[in-house]
Amino acid sequence: MQAATTPRAGSALVPEHPLEDLIRSDRIPHIWCPGCGIGTAFAATLTAMKSSGIDLHKTCMVSGIGCSGRAAGYVKLDSFHTTHGRAIPFATGLKLGNPELNVVVFSGDGDLFAIGGNHFIHAARRNMDLTVICLNNLNYGMTGGQVAATTPHLARTTTTPSGNPDAPFNLPLLAWASGATYVARWTVLHTRELTESIQKAITKSGFSFIEVLGPCPINYGRRNREKALQTLKLYRERTIIRNHADPSDLDVDFTKQVILGEFVDKERPTCIENYDKTCRLPE
Amino acid sequence: MEFWRVPLDAQAIEISRGEVHVIEDRCKGCGYCIEFCPRGILAFSARFNKKGYHPPEVLQPKSCVNCHYCEIICPEFAIYSVDLSSLQPPGL
Ligand code: SF4
Ligand code: SF4
Ligand code: SF4
Repeated sequence: MQAATTPRAGSALVPEHPLEDLIRSDRIPHIWCPGCGIGTAFAATLTAMKSSGIDLHKTCMVSGIGCSGRAAGYVKLDSFHTTHGRAIPFATGLKLGNPELNVVVFSGDGDLFAIGGNHFIHAARRNMDLTVICLNNLNYGMTGGQVAATTPHLARTTTTPSGNPDAPFNLPLLAWASGATYVARWTVLHTRELTESIQKAITKSGFSFIEVLGPCPINYGRRNREKALQTLKLYRERTIIRNHADPSDLDVDFTKQVILGEFVDKERPTCIENYDKTCRLPE
Repeated sequence: MEFWRVPLDAQAIEISRGEVHVIEDRCKGCGYCIEFCPRGILAFSARFNKKGYHPPEVLQPKSCVNCHYCEIICPEFAIYSVDLSSLQPPGL
């Protein structure tokens, strides 16, 4: 309910929200839970797309399945919500079919690194010209909070009630080892740095990967006694920014310290460049 | 803006001022904007929105420096600030 004295946003007196032109306003409020980090990471992505100066008519967003996968349905650009784990191969097809497009993949850790793990490493190895943004909330949020490939050791989930016995993936290390040419990690609290990174990744050619740590208060948070605000305070207190840190030091362990920053920024021929040079011989 | 010590060049420095807008029915009451506003000028209002959450309200509208942090941390596209032109620091 709007207070009687407050003119409605978008009326002649009140300017619109600065991202109004990039979201499907009729679908907002979105489905994400109160305090969920996905909305903030999604907004940062839209801001970066806008400020990067790329042609938004030639930009599309691809998502897989999961809470983060819903992002493709909220952006007012060409977008595709693919099947589980297949955001990267779908995006690869888009890019190969029309190399003029800027293709941004926005999906979750479960989708990109469990069921879609192989697609990720091979797209990075080939240096496909994609920007991949992974919202890492440390569990399978949409299906009820099961253990994921990114759940920290000893963290509680529905399927690890006495703590996760396994070690999680170190995503920037995986991206680095697979050949990504841009790798960064931020949290949703580090919104400005995150937005700058995404902007850089979008304008850079080659395979760019950005991990965004964001809270899932409803599932992960509840089982690990972290309210949404407490998770954001952890992001403030237990993180340190160290650009170009050694990728093997980048484990996510909030009982110690989590390193954020820009870890890789290099050049290498893209998949399309290599293909054209090797397979499209001059006539 | 109140200064602990008035800077020598306070007359020459322009402080930007913002006007905060809240689209109340989008808010889900996470409190991020309230907690992280560097000026500490937001608070939950007593009213309910359509979904039953208390949207934030601006306690001291004159103190907003238009930093946009509430806008960029909000997961709901529910709050944003707009530039109210650059004004001399009030009270000087
Ligand atoms: S279940 Fe978790 S990840 Fe999914 S919308 Fe809710 S808080 Fe976000
Ligand atoms: S723009 Fe900055 S100072 Fe103004 S209300 Fe938002 S967070 Fe506070
Ligand atoms: S950050 Fe957004 S959703 Fe959260 S309380 Fe503020 S206006 Fe509401």
